[in-house]
Amino acid sequence: MADALLTIDNIVKRFGDNTILDGISFSVKKSEVIVIVGPSGCGKSTLLRCINALEPIQDGKITLDGEVIERNSKTLPLLRQRIGMVFQSYDLFPHLTVLDNILLAPCKVQKRDKEEVKQEAMSLLERVGLKEKAKSYPRELSGGQKQRVAIVRALCMHPEILLFDEVTAALDPEMVREVLDVMLDLAKQGRTMLIVTHEMQFARAIADRIIFLDNGKIVEEATPDEFFDNPKTERAKQFLNTFEFDSVRAKKELAE
Amino acid sequence: MQDLAVNLGIDVLFKGTNFIRLLGGLWTALWISLVSVAISIPLGIGMGVLMTKKNRILKAVLRVYLEFIRIMPQLVLLFIMFFGTTRAFGWDLSGEAASIIVFVLWGTAEMGDLVRGALISIPKHQYESSEALGLTNTQTYLYVIIPQTIRRLIPLSINLITRMIKTTSLILMIGVVEVLKVAQQIIEANRMTSPNGAFGVYLTVFLLYFIACWPISMLAKYLEKKWS
Ligand SMILES: Nc1ncnc2c1ncn2[C@@H]1O[C@H](COP(=O)(O)OP(=O)(O)OP(=O)(O)O)[C@@H](O)[C@H]1O
Ligand SMILES: [Mg+2]
Repeated sequence: MADALLTIDNIVKRFGDNTILDGISFSVKKSEVIVIVGPSGCGKSTLLRCINALEPIQDGKITLDGEVIERNSKTLPLLRQRIGMVFQSYDLFPHLTVLDNILLAPCKVQKRDKEEVKQEAMSLLERVGLKEKAKSYPRELSGGQKQRVAIVRALCMHPEILLFDEVTAALDPEMVREVLDVMLDLAKQGRTMLIVTHEMQFARAIADRIIFLDNGKIVEEATPDEFFDNPKTERAKQFLNTFEFDSVRAKKELAE
Repeated sequence: MQDLAVNLGIDVLFKGTNFIRLLGGLWTALWISLVSVAISIPLGIGMGVLMTKKNRILKAVLRVYLEFIRIMPQLVLLFIMFFGTTRAFGWDLSGEAASIIVFVLWGTAEMGDLVRGALISIPKHQYESSEALGLTNTQTYLYVIIPQTIRRLIPLSINLITRMIKTTSLILMIGVVEVLKVAQQIIEANRMTSPNGAFGVYLTVFLLYFIACWPISMLAKYLEKKWS
């Protein structure tokens, strides 16, 4: 636990009487990639939003490098700069060009030198294959391109940890890959990431650890191989079966 | 050429100071609407912001005000303001003052609703992704929310302004010297010499309003396209 970057300590999240997260604890080490999976509505998005204090928690504690993340605290904007987040819905600012979307926070929030950030932004855009889109507006981009820009925008803040909430869920199938490839590349660079996804093969490829969430609790926490090949709990087996069914049918169709 | 002018009754305009008088009328109308617009916009912005607040009583009051202004024909409001206040409170409002008050009441209500609409149309995730990037509340409004609100608002408010200018023709009813009134005076005065005067004068009035409003609505269309 000593070298944990992010620590989630027994957090409880309720909406009214509805307990969504019921005593969740885990920690993320530097350079670790953790994938969170679980049935729809089990609270994966809520968990990520709590980590960023977009949602208040009712109990427990979240710390980044020892500093408590709390809603309404003075240091929150500072802590948030160290946590990058990419959402499922395309959340670029529609009135700004791709480049200005990326520059806004580093220049206005971190007060960094505009030219320096611009250079960094351009080289990151090049890396995700979008250099020539720097002057475009978000509405001129495809969903996959928007998500790659959103990732670059988060990276330009030099975050210590990245949170991804089903960033490919709203994409057309042919665009999923280009976004996942960017994330795989980030993992190779040794970035610390917390990823929520429904792409099981991707989860297996990228994760150091899988956390399976259900009914507000962590039901299983294992390496990808353990989790996918030998799930210990019945619920995890059932959950994985819902994906199996699809692939069996796909195989049949192939055979025909 | 001369014949055509007489047939259409346009010749009236070239008699004496008729055309200048007509322009003067248009000026009064424009002046009244511009003053009303200038007062309505800041008041409307305030009202729109208040309408998005959570306070239920405040919301209800503003809602009733908006609906009342919308349901009442402007003409009726003008009469109430001009004649009604004299009866009820013994005020002696000038025609201009009464017109401006009514137009401000109307403009504030409509503008307020536009501002409210623009504010609530900004999706929640725009606030959230700003927050997630570490922007403070003030920075979020300054760099993300307000610029988007203004972009949505400008074409709509220009549209409102053109409507307000057009509606000034109603002011005639309470006797403020204004385009239509001047027009009627001209028509009356020239009934003998230019029997077709009515057509020509109204045609000119139509053109004058068109010339005043058309560029404004073109601008609105252009901005709407550019910023949508
Ligand atoms: N603002 C809110 N108010 C009330 N209930 C909410 C709110 N946001 C989420 N919930 C509830 O919390 C539960 C968890 O939602 P959440 O979005 O975290 O699920 P999820 O695991 O991300 O699901 P999915 O895989 O479909 O994205 C759901 O039952 C949802 O209805
Ligand atoms: Mg979700």
